[in-house]
Amino acid sequence: MNFPFLSVITFTPAVASLLILMMPGERKTEVRATALAAGIFATLLAVYVYLAYDQSLGGYQFVEKFAWVPQFGISYHVGVDGMSAPLVLLTAVVMLTGVLISWGIDDRPREFFAFLFILATGVFGVFVALDLFGLFFFYEIAVFPMYLLIAIWGWQVTREYAAMKLTLYLFIGSVFSLVGALAMYYVSGLGTFDMLALEKANFSVEFQRFWFPIVFFGFAVLGGIFPFHSWSPDGHVAAPTAVSMFHAGVLMKLGAFASLRVGIMLLPEGARFHMPWIVLLTVVNVVYGSFIAMVQKDMKYMIGFSSVSHMGLVAMAFTTLNRVGYVGAGMQMFSHGVMTALFFACVGMIYDRAHTRLMPELGGMSKKMPFVAVAFIIGGFTSMGMPGLSGFAAELPIFLGVWNARAADVVREYPAWLQWVAAMAQTPWYFPTIAVVSAIAIVVTAAYVLRAVQRVFFGEISHDHDHHVGDVTVLDKVALAILCAFMIGIGVYPAVMATLVDTGVTPILKLLGVA
Amino acid sequence: MSSELMTWLIPLPPLLAFFLIVLFTNRSKGLSHTVAIVAIAASWAMSWMIFFRTLEVEHFGQAVIENWVPWLPFGSEEVGTEALAMGVLVDPLTSVTLFFVSLTCFMIFVYSVGYGNWGKPRDLRHDLPGNPPHNGIEPLYSRFFAFLSLFAFGMLLLCVADNLVLLFVGWEIMGLCSYLLIGFWYARQYESPHQITPRQAAVKAFMTTRVGDVLMLLGIVYLYAQTGTLSFREIMYAHEGEMLTKLAATPSYIVGLSVAGLAGLLLFAGAVGKSAQFPLHMWLPDAMEGPTPVSAMIHAATMVSAGVYAMIRLFPLLSAGWHHGDPLTAPMWAMAFIGAFTALFAATIAVAQNDVKKVLAYSTISQLGYMIAALGVGAYIAAAFHLVTHAFFKALLFLGSGSVIHGVEHGMHHAHAEGLDPQDMRNMGGLRAKMPLTFWTFLIGGLALAGFPFVTAGFWSKDAILGGAWEGGYVVVFVTLAATAFLTAFYTMRQISLTFLGEPRTQAAEHASESDPIFRWMLFALVVLAFFAVTAGWAGIPESFPGLGGLPHALGFTANWFHEFVGGALLEHPPAEAFDVVPLATSLVVALGGLLLGWWVYRDIRAGARDPLEAPLGPIYTLLKNKYYLDTGKYRDEATGEYRDNLYQFLFVRPTIWLSETLVSAVVDRGLIDGTLHLIGRVALRLGDIFRNYFDAPVVNGFGDLVAEVVKRFGRNFRVIQTGKVQQYLIVVMAIVIALGVVMFMPGLGR
Amino acid sequence: MDFIIDHLLSLILFIPVAGAVIITLLPKDQVGAIRWVALITTLFPLGLSLVLWTRFDSHAAGFQFVEQAPWFTVINSSYHLGVDGISVVMILLTAILMPLAVLFSFSITEKVKAYMALFLLLGTGMFGVFMTLDLILFFLFWEAGLIPMYFLINIWGSANRQYASFKFFIYTMAGSLGLLLAIQTIGITLGSFDMLNAIEKWPTFAGAIYGIPATTIRAAAFWAFTIAFAIKVPVWPFHTWLPDAHTEAPTAGSMILAGVLLKLGAYGFLRLVLPLYPAEAKFYAGALAFLALMAIVAGALASFGQTDFKRLVAYSSVGHMGFVVLGIAVAAVARDSEIFKGHAIMAANGAVLQMFNHGLSSAGMFLLVGVIYDRTHTRNLNDFGGLFPLAPVYGGILIFTSMASLGLPGLNGFVSEFMVVRGAWPVYTVITAIGMLGLLMTGAYILKGIQKVLHGPVNQRWAGHRLEISRREVIAIAPLLALMLVIGVWPAWLVSVINAAITRMMG
Repeated sequence: MNFPFLSVITFTPAVASLLILMMPGERKTEVRATALAAGIFATLLAVYVYLAYDQSLGGYQFVEKFAWVPQFGISYHVGVDGMSAPLVLLTAVVMLTGVLISWGIDDRPREFFAFLFILATGVFGVFVALDLFGLFFFYEIAVFPMYLLIAIWGWQVTREYAAMKLTLYLFIGSVFSLVGALAMYYVSGLGTFDMLALEKANFSVEFQRFWFPIVFFGFAVLGGIFPFHSWSPDGHVAAPTAVSMFHAGVLMKLGAFASLRVGIMLLPEGARFHMPWIVLLTVVNVVYGSFIAMVQKDMKYMIGFSSVSHMGLVAMAFTTLNRVGYVGAGMQMFSHGVMTALFFACVGMIYDRAHTRLMPELGGMSKKMPFVAVAFIIGGFTSMGMPGLSGFAAELPIFLGVWNARAADVVREYPAWLQWVAAMAQTPWYFPTIAVVSAIAIVVTAAYVLRAVQRVFFGEISHDHDHHVGDVTVLDKVALAILCAFMIGIGVYPAVMATLVDTGVTPILKLLGVA
Repeated sequence: MSSELMTWLIPLPPLLAFFLIVLFTNRSKGLSHTVAIVAIAASWAMSWMIFFRTLEVEHFGQAVIENWVPWLPFGSEEVGTEALAMGVLVDPLTSVTLFFVSLTCFMIFVYSVGYGNWGKPRDLRHDLPGNPPHNGIEPLYSRFFAFLSLFAFGMLLLCVADNLVLLFVGWEIMGLCSYLLIGFWYARQYESPHQITPRQAAVKAFMTTRVGDVLMLLGIVYLYAQTGTLSFREIMYAHEGEMLTKLAATPSYIVGLSVAGLAGLLLFAGAVGKSAQFPLHMWLPDAMEGPTPVSAMIHAATMVSAGVYAMIRLFPLLSAGWHHGDPLTAPMWAMAFIGAFTALFAATIAVAQNDVKKVLAYSTISQLGYMIAALGVGAYIAAAFHLVTHAFFKALLFLGSGSVIHGVEHGMHHAHAEGLDPQDMRNMGGLRAKMPLTFWTFLIGGLALAGFPFVTAGFWSKDAILGGAWEGGYVVVFVTLAATAFLTAFYTMRQISLTFLGEPRTQAAEHASESDPIFRWMLFALVVLAFFAVTAGWAGIPESFPGLGGLPHALGFTANWFHEFVGGALLEHPPAEAFDVVPLATSLVVALGGLLLGWWVYRDIRAGARDPLEAPLGPIYTLLKNKYYLDTGKYRDEATGEYRDNLYQFLFVRPTIWLSETLVSAVVDRGLIDGTLHLIGRVALRLGDIFRNYFDAPVVNGFGDLVAEVVKRFGRNFRVIQTGKVQQYLIVVMAIVIALGVVMFMPGLGR
Repeated sequence: MDFIIDHLLSLILFIPVAGAVIITLLPKDQVGAIRWVALITTLFPLGLSLVLWTRFDSHAAGFQFVEQAPWFTVINSSYHLGVDGISVVMILLTAILMPLAVLFSFSITEKVKAYMALFLLLGTGMFGVFMTLDLILFFLFWEAGLIPMYFLINIWGSANRQYASFKFFIYTMAGSLGLLLAIQTIGITLGSFDMLNAIEKWPTFAGAIYGIPATTIRAAAFWAFTIAFAIKVPVWPFHTWLPDAHTEAPTAGSMILAGVLLKLGAYGFLRLVLPLYPAEAKFYAGALAFLALMAIVAGALASFGQTDFKRLVAYSSVGHMGFVVLGIAVAAVARDSEIFKGHAIMAANGAVLQMFNHGLSSAGMFLLVGVIYDRTHTRNLNDFGGLFPLAPVYGGILIFTSMASLGLPGLNGFVSEFMVVRGAWPVYTVITAIGMLGLLMTGAYILKGIQKVLHGPVNQRWAGHRLEISRREVIAIAPLLALMLVIGVWPAWLVSVINAAITRMMG
């Protein structure tokens, strides 16, 4: 398999954005066409990779490796496993749909798509990178354009504040992880940033315990973990639609994925040590996020906090350190990505036409845009974990994982002020209790989703909406249809993703020494 | 055709007729009544064929007609359960019951043709569906015959049933039909909102009987659970009734009651409802709101008889473990008490009624009490005998009263005296001359009811009951029943006098007549029934009776045939009671005394005169007139003229309404349960609110903003480059990186 | 043909989905086409379930027409279908009601396309619950049924539909949350979600789960299951969603809701609670019986207290389903006692038959309420009265159906109630005796309904209107009437199948 699929996928957007930048600004149609072409191309390749990945072999496939800065042991090393393959696909899909629904953007579409695609390249890069330096490289590439996209194309009211806040959080977070990474680099003494090598570096227990939280949280910030989530709702609200889609759909996965790849996989001992208390934060994420989402009036805030809640489930899955839990995590990352992308797409469409996102001001939208209504409802049921949709297929394994999880004995060595956690964590009902508590979120989610559906799409439509709001374009419908297709497909037959993710989980478990 | 098959077929024609009429012929009135009458005639024919066949059989009691099929499979051989069987049974009791039921039913059908004004044009101007016709044909004529047919089906089914479930089926179908028929004139309204309308009466009848029915259902269920079968033969007759002895021996849930006792009581409760015994009697008088043939149907031929019939049928169970001379079993005691009490109680009320049908209604209640009491004291055959004779003469009386009412209404139209109550006896008088045939037949029925000696059927059956009570030594029952008999004779004569004797008291009565062609149908029925009202009694003249006792034998019939035949239905044939002068004398005295007194008091009442009893009895009269206030609905307080709740209304109806409308629906469901749910919802919302406004916004967000501020200041203080914020952050970032990088190389850290 | 027989259940299950897809592809304005497609689609499952009925061997032990395929292998959950006597009966009921409900829904005029599509999906959800043999799959279909019903109420409902649909959805979902957690516990403990495996191992599973004795966990799980099903049935005091949902739902929605959805709960009791928790069920049966009693009595009383015709009928469902639960409670407590086994079997038979009967009569009643509502646009009993002359045929049908619902001997309701009472009396004597109050009040509210609607002097307010039931509606209810009569007269054909399954279940 010589054709460098991953590199092509990764750099397609970058190349596209260069092309776009070279085009004259007023040739909007060509710009969009180029963007669309790039999106389709990347998606096709991603689908191919997803399907062509040989589950019987497992491990990293489509690997490409060559020296980059040999003197520092930095190499360009990419490859996908069962965990990242779905995320690559996810990114491609969100990119494609993002382009489709941003068709209407009139304000400097050239720059917009350019920045968006740079961002995309960064995301792809992180998912496929097997080299620590490469990972950070792409990571920063992914995060950087965010600022401009929000600050320039965002919602006038809060874009300054949100953009600043977001960038600040993410940079500071990444700085911590970066430091951790450097620490690994130096301490391992292997003189390489290659993660496959670092996996075998067997760092000392103390080292792992010290650096794990720094690395993990550094990335987890981007995953929206409590208490570092507050950037995310504000960011969502301020960002233009396509960016919100990327942001909630993909970027947050970036954080989760990186914290898995770098944190858990390179510092497994640290994970075993710290997860038992981290899980408490994730419970807060899940429950607290959902409750706050319930009282939001602004649709985007609601979805933003629901993302916090759902990403909390991913983090919670990480803390289980067992197979079924991690399978759930992998699936939830994809499922949630598709779902929130859909949500933000719908909200964007509504906002573009009704010029408000406040649910009390909306109503009767199903009359005007039935297709959006259906899509949003499907997304809604996915997010409340309704069986038959991807949400259930993802959350069920997570819960099973939590039931099954056991805290490692090392929790005994917690510092004094954490002994109370240690005491609880050693009981066999610790994780089961957590499962039960976080299950509350399912009902709360159901409540706010239904209320949103009720308020926005049914009920009375206000007079001027009745006159000015029109239906969405065909491209919008296509975008929504694609996203819905994934949710239903996975929900009806979870195996299409579960088995693949499963192959990706095995090596992780090996590293954790539980397989 | 084999007797078994024929027995199966007996109930079916009316059912067929019902569906035929409802689904197909309901448009054509003539076709409908033809179908109905042909059907009932078929049943009648088959019933009598069965009857006469059974007469042939020697000791028919031991060689009954029975046949069944498995109906409700449950369990399996492994778990030792067997399917519930449905079947038919004809034993002597069934046989005689079929004899009179089929006949009276047929007569009632024929009568209804005339009663429904058959042959007159439909009066579209006055007659609305659901209202009694003024002078045209009944608007819902076809429907009426459909219901009658279903009713007949129910009764015949009940007669041939070989098990309690099937009996219950017929029982309830009749309940439905009585509901439908009592409420047949469902649209009828009266001026006074307190006068009960047909539709209310219908509901009242259904609900009151249902009280008994649910208890009866429990009884059935109890028996079934205990015996694993519901077949009469298996429970009461198989293996010399060993199952009964077992049931009588096993104690039940209630201390001191055997299973047989408890089950018996529960089953009797059903009869109390169906046969309108105290305290569930009050539905029956109001059932008079229905058309007159219905009253006859319900009160004579079928429904109320059904209650007694069931009790007679179940007598071996009710009396399980009892032999002549023993103390009564619990159910028998209950029957004796309730029966006797009801008999007297209803008779007293009947004395003070002015509605020609109400009088008969209360007399029915009283007569049924007679039969129940008879069973209570173990006079099995006497009870059955009175059931038969009563069916004939009471049907006759009701139909007669219907004829009277029709006649008076006819007179009303003729004299344009609209608006006066054609059922009130005070508006009648002197009809003897106007409606002779009606008069004579009614007189026969009346005398039979009063127990006019020797000729009428009523005399023999009543005498048998009194004799039974006396012989068993149940003096209280005997006295009560005797008193009842006296009152019966009295109010019967009162009724006859008020209706037929004296001078017409109104124009309507003046112009009443039975000449209209529709009367042919009715009078035919009256005559036939009158014949049986007399002759039926002769089948049961005690052999020991001086003089007449041997007469049938002399004429080549079986002496006291009824005793011989029906007695065979029991395992041990009850002995013919020896002749005793006391009961005979008593029944002679009370019957004749009552009749004479009644005639003497009421022989000649002038128009507008008050009831002669009102003055002497005073408050008691009011009490009787208001039925002891034991009723639902309201009564009119004569003194103030305002309406007050009757006892049952106050005790049962109002609380039920409060319970359902206020307590359960409003307080518990809407208030308590829903309130809790809504509370939970509100709490959840508040929680989210608190999380957001008191923690997330101030603390979590605040922290973030704080950091931002700090960094900004930091950046501002070192004004390095002034190219926007991002760069500043990048600077900061780099600074931190370097700082930490340095930290890293300090030995020991992190190792 | 072989293919059909081999995949009979899957076909019944998914043909409605196919129909829904076809409908979504049809143009919005082709209302007629949409309706007919929907109707014809529902006829297929009916035909197939008749094939199922005829081919089903009630004497053979175990589940029949079993299909199994990998589905969610990672968590050991598979696509596992199969039917026994109980499920066959329920499938038949569902298959019978679907076309009738669709036929009645021809009167729906707004958003016909969405309506019919949702309706067909609802069908799949219900069929699925009745035929699945995998716990996760069970839960999947269990929840899936909620969605269409939610929208049927929310979009096509009447005035207060938002409150009602929200209450219905959240209440049921919250209830099934415990079910989900319990199912997960079972799956984790046994390492598989297969129902048969669970039924075999779970009741006797010993040792600690999460350090808590298995018995405790089982008791908790038992209540989780019980509450989830109790809400669905609904058992007092979890019933208050029902009157609201029914009152607001469109007629066909109410038909299915009362006719089938409520049965899901009872079916859950029979299929899962009794087999999975014999000991716990036996232990707590008394409480269940008490709740059933409350449902019977309070339901009947409340029904009598209503002035809204539809609420009246809705509450009657509470009472009638109470008998089902009572039967189940008896079965639970008495199944393994030598003396009482017979009663238990009788009661369980009665419960299942009552499920079927109530399916018929309640669907019929709601249909009739819908008929009169469509014409008068009021459900207030005090607005009616004296309609009999205006709609004689309707009146006749109403009386007939009411009598079936009242439990008149000779019609279906009586047989099942008799069986339940017969089974319950020896076991729960007092409760059964008090329950008779319920039967009494049943008569009261049924007659109240008839009297308030039909009887009385001709109602001038409606004098002009055409109130008579239409031919289409008669066709929609006729099969129900026929079945009521047939089962009432000759229940053996149905009971023998149920009985075989029950007897086997009781061992």
